[in-house]
Amino acid sequence: MEPATDRSATVEPRDPMPDGYRRTLVRQIAQHAHSEIIGMQPEGEWIARAPSLRRKAILMAKVQDEAGHGLYLYAAAETLGTPREELLDALHTGRQKYSSIFNYPTLTWADVGAIGWLVDGAAIVNQVPLCRCSYGPYARAMVRICKEESFHQRQGFEILHTLSHGTPAQKAMAQDAVDRFWWPSLMMFGPPDADSPNTVQSMAWGIKRFTNDELRQRFVDIAVPQAEALGLTLPDPELRWNEERGHWDFGTPDFAELAEVVAGRGPCNAQRLAHRVRAHEDGAWVREAAAAYAAKRAARTPTREPAA
Amino acid sequence: MTAQRLGWWVSRAPELEEDVALANIGLDQLGQARGLYAVVTDLEGLGRTEDDLAYLRDAPDFRNVLLVERPQADFAVCVVRMLLLAAWQSEVYAVLAAREGPARGVAAKAVKEVAYHLDHAAQWVLRLGDGTELSHERAQAALDAEWPYLPELLEPDPAAAVDPAALRDAVLGRVRPVLDEATLVVPGLPADPPTGGRAGRHTEHLAALLAEMQQVARAHPGAAW
Repeated sequence: MEPATDRSATVEPRDPMPDGYRRTLVRQIAQHAHSEIIGMQPEGEWIARAPSLRRKAILMAKVQDEAGHGLYLYAAAETLGTPREELLDALHTGRQKYSSIFNYPTLTWADVGAIGWLVDGAAIVNQVPLCRCSYGPYARAMVRICKEESFHQRQGFEILHTLSHGTPAQKAMAQDAVDRFWWPSLMMFGPPDADSPNTVQSMAWGIKRFTNDELRQRFVDIAVPQAEALGLTLPDPELRWNEERGHWDFGTPDFAELAEVVAGRGPCNAQRLAHRVRAHEDGAWVREAAAAYAAKRAARTPTREPAA
Repeated sequence: MTAQRLGWWVSRAPELEEDVALANIGLDQLGQARGLYAVVTDLEGLGRTEDDLAYLRDAPDFRNVLLVERPQADFAVCVVRMLLLAAWQSEVYAVLAAREGPARGVAAKAVKEVAYHLDHAAQWVLRLGDGTELSHERAQAALDAEWPYLPELLEPDPAAAVDPAALRDAVLGRVRPVLDEATLVVPGLPADPPTGGRAGRHTEHLAALLAEMQQVARAHPGAAW
């Protein structure tokens, strides 16, 4: 595998690649696509209740972007030979996962802000290095996705900033949302390096560029001054600047909780998956109609005489 | 109303491309509403904002037609209704875009957007109407349910900026060929088709829609978002 040593070259769909590399990529890209699709739900539920028309438009566009990201990512996975239906089936039957964060509920409007600021913020820290991932189609999809994610992150920050500088009830709502989403956001980087069996291989293949703990630290270092700018606190009594390391020290996320959520026992796992499966099943007759109509049209189109 | 109803579909559409398309159409409709609210609040000169009009009025103060406020959790209803609405909007916006007036700018942009909505709806009505036996049944049931709400869009109103009655033939001229090609039967109209939206007499669905839409804004009077 060249890319592990020569980081300027990318692997393209027709290039030879080890089976393990292909499998790892399909798993990772599919999981990322599934996260975009399931991630539409917690925020999508607030489109109807967005408190101003401007916020409604921004949120609707954001959730639409997530569907679009899901589409590019499924297309990137298809370049590795796995069709979208197969990946959706793996999602619907629980054989493939999506990001644990979307198994937490969105309880108030401020959660839409907290998801934008923290969850999209963490996603960006995770995803920016993927723009240099060794697999070309994935890297290129990530360039576009990261641009949109950074727009979403700013919008989330702005929602929280407005709430934090609004009425006391609005500020309390913003603080509560940050208190609930802070630790689950740190868990988005995965288990600690010592318990992350795939990291070493993924780094050798140039799929991953940094370890889970490195990315988690980077996220904390970015988020702490932003929380200060928002006028909100982060719910970690161990947070303090470490002059020697040049980084913020922080407490340990509850990785037992992460394991529970990943294992399907988080607050909203069943609900999110049921919603997704229901949408798919409810839409089956529509997809069948589209296929039947396309077949009828093709049959009606006169076939051209073969050239003599 | 249309944007609010289409927003529900995002994460529930039959395929991902349709999640994107319905969100897109909802965003266009929302953009048109905001453009028109800006025109109205400017004309009335009372210092009201778009959000005052959207969030602080009760159902009887809304002037939308009944067609758009009713639930649409059935994809066939969604696309049949979109066909009827987009056919009507195409004609209204074309007239407004063609002459001087405060809504000209909004209408000029909307003409292009609505042309896409009409095409998108027509494509789906064709697929469902001429797809499988089941989809044909569902499309016909949706048409039977939505068709009685079309006359309200075409009721005469000589005082309106565009008298809807004058658009009748053009709107039907856009809708009927699609329904014919989709092998759907245009239903007869009831003697007394439902109406009243423009006078503030709505279906019971509007109050429920507004209760959801307005709840956060109303729980925090005077707050900025």
